[in-house]
Amino acid sequence: MSVRWQRVRNALILIAGIVLVWQILFFMVGDIAISSPLATLQYTAKLVRTDTFGGHLRATLEAFGLAYLIAVMMGLSLGFWLGFHKLSGDVAEPMLVALYSIPKVTLYPILLLSFGLGLSAKVAFGVLHGVIPITLFTLGSVRNVRPIHLKTARALKLSPLDTVFTVLFPAALPEIVTGLRVGFALTLIGALLAEMFASQRGLGFLLMNAIGLHNVDLIMSITLLLVVFAATISTILLHIDRRLHHQARAADALAM
Amino acid sequence: MKRLTLYRVAVVAIVIAILEWLCLHGTIDRITMPPPHRIVLDLYKLLASGSLNKAIAKTLGNASIAFTLALIVGVISSAVLHGHRAVRDTLDPLFATYYAIPIFAFYPLLIYLFGLGDGPQIMIGFMLAVVAVIVNTLNGLDRVPVVLLKTARIHRLTRFEIARTITLPYAMPYVLTGVKLAVAYSLIGVIGSEFIMSRGGMGYEISFAYTSFDNATMYPLIVLTLLAAILVNGLLTRWEKVLLQRRGLR
Amino acid sequence: MPKDDKVAAADVSLRGVTKVFPGGRDRPPVHALGPIDLDLHKAEFFAVVGPSGCGKSTLLELIAGLSVATQGVVEFEGRPIHGEVPQGVGVVFQEDACLPWLDVADNIAFSLRHADLSSAQKAERVQRALAMMGLADFATSYPAQLSGGMRQRVCIARTLVMEPRLILLDEPFGALDQQTRLLMGDELLRLWRQSGATVFLITHALDEAAMLADRIGVMSARPGRLIDLVETGWPRDRDSRIVENAAFGAVTARLWKSLREESLKTMGKAAT
Repeated sequence: MSVRWQRVRNALILIAGIVLVWQILFFMVGDIAISSPLATLQYTAKLVRTDTFGGHLRATLEAFGLAYLIAVMMGLSLGFWLGFHKLSGDVAEPMLVALYSIPKVTLYPILLLSFGLGLSAKVAFGVLHGVIPITLFTLGSVRNVRPIHLKTARALKLSPLDTVFTVLFPAALPEIVTGLRVGFALTLIGALLAEMFASQRGLGFLLMNAIGLHNVDLIMSITLLLVVFAATISTILLHIDRRLHHQARAADALAM
Repeated sequence: MKRLTLYRVAVVAIVIAILEWLCLHGTIDRITMPPPHRIVLDLYKLLASGSLNKAIAKTLGNASIAFTLALIVGVISSAVLHGHRAVRDTLDPLFATYYAIPIFAFYPLLIYLFGLGDGPQIMIGFMLAVVAVIVNTLNGLDRVPVVLLKTARIHRLTRFEIARTITLPYAMPYVLTGVKLAVAYSLIGVIGSEFIMSRGGMGYEISFAYTSFDNATMYPLIVLTLLAAILVNGLLTRWEKVLLQRRGLR
Repeated sequence: MPKDDKVAAADVSLRGVTKVFPGGRDRPPVHALGPIDLDLHKAEFFAVVGPSGCGKSTLLELIAGLSVATQGVVEFEGRPIHGEVPQGVGVVFQEDACLPWLDVADNIAFSLRHADLSSAQKAERVQRALAMMGLADFATSYPAQLSGGMRQRVCIARTLVMEPRLILLDEPFGALDQQTRLLMGDELLRLWRQSGATVFLITHALDEAAMLADRIGVMSARPGRLIDLVETGWPRDRDSRIVENAAFGAVTARLWKSLREESLKTMGKAAT
């Protein structure tokens, strides 16, 4: 069985396992706190067809999409600059790592005060979460380009632009993609958290509302949708990430 | 290295100076943010009065419990998983996509399971932190060079001794990366839960201060949390650096 | 003066030893080695040369007990070993096996953790090993601060301090420059004489094998089998200046003659 099919099989086993645990939990706890997998699926099927859901979904996608776009652009530009400009990179890196480690959820009230309620707060929170890992990984990717590749480019007398596009960028790409993947997850969380507290629209708000009204079906439904969405995109990005790293490692192995 | 630290201090000082100027000039109004010097004074007053010590202790205490649990469960799970390729491969997609999942959504379920006390908050902190420990510890275990394991067998060490004298020391820097993340995540989990479920602790106090427009309490608390996180993270990073430098890695 | 009265030397015998690596999901099984019949005499210096991938390292691991033969028997001092490393075996690997978190002295002392010695005796042995390998000034340095050659010396010291009866070396000088290799070869001979142990060396450098060994085994391309066994007949008291001996060229030439065809096979070309 090839590796790819193995992965698919493992994923299916994992999903089956999760559903099993879910069902058992339901038997133990009862529908006062969770609903069964089947009931959740049925509720979800109904939910996604409602207009209100559509509206909330659009709001979330809008906020998240915008936040991710900004985070990627900022992160890539900042990361490249810090990667190329050695002094700035050396000064900034530990500071970025420190920022990465602080519980950004505490900055939340400050963002609310600065941006008010609504879309800008959501976008700001999402960007805040996502931009740091993207920057760090991009910075690292530029730094970690093996000097031998640059020497090869010089020996082949490539122009600076040529070097960047045909040597640097492909060499740095695997690590950049890892950063984009981590940034994706974190931006999503950031935007959702903001929605939970600072908005009257969006899936995060819906979730918060459901928690307040103790609407178990709705809570489970939204969680399921979010998990499926996040997991799907994450897996696709992971697949790309793996492919790129595999190529890079194979190239490294040959080079030795 | 000294010069770089100087630059960093300079950058931070300039940023604070700019904020101070913007606040004093009214570009940033008092309702949004008090000037930095005011925040420092308020922080001092807060700590001196001890009125929020209970909340601080509660949050930091719960975060520590979550962190310790995550570390113990995480390291043990990694050791077990590392030896069972099939199970590890099956769980791999879960670990890879874990942090895209909004863990906070499980809060109501946790309340049901653990009651209304500190349990759900600690559990969320634990749930967020444990996977970071597992992923990084597994990474470290993976990296132990085969030649060192062969050397251990030549010296006829038992499996336990190999783990203790070779595998664990080798993997230590990578485990530390996981530890740093676990510190951050347990704080995020606990404080975030305190935001949602107002029952006390720093998250609650910050949220309460926000709704009461009490910037004199809110900002110092936020700064305190950030400083605590940065301090712990800094110490761990210093330790990690020593370990890596000894090995000639950056 | 050789110390063979203090530390006994081991003898090893292989009979019909074959190693087949089982196949995986997409890989067919690999017949890496054998069948091989080989005897290592007590206190001799035996070298093995052969083309890349012919199974030299596999052979070493079988002798060390790190690997189990698919067929055949490996006997260490008359007793068959079966995937368990016998007491009294020391191995110096090709890769850097220094423990990066311990300094040089602690690395060397690592071998003695289970030795039945007092801490004073252990310390004394470590000091002797440091002196023997010229590492006395670096006792508190960390491997990362040392050159490749010095790190290998640490690994050799760590092996010697156990006073093994059989010393196995897998291309220990592979990463070093030629001059250092020749000097390290001299050191290896000196240590061999001083310890009185049996030495089994894998090398891809024909001149190194010809210079150092009492007997040299030439292996074929995969699956590796012994296609020639050359006796050099050098005196025990030799060093790198043996290269001036007229017979040295003849030994190297004979090695290359047997090896050339096998090497071409490995490169995928026919012998012309």
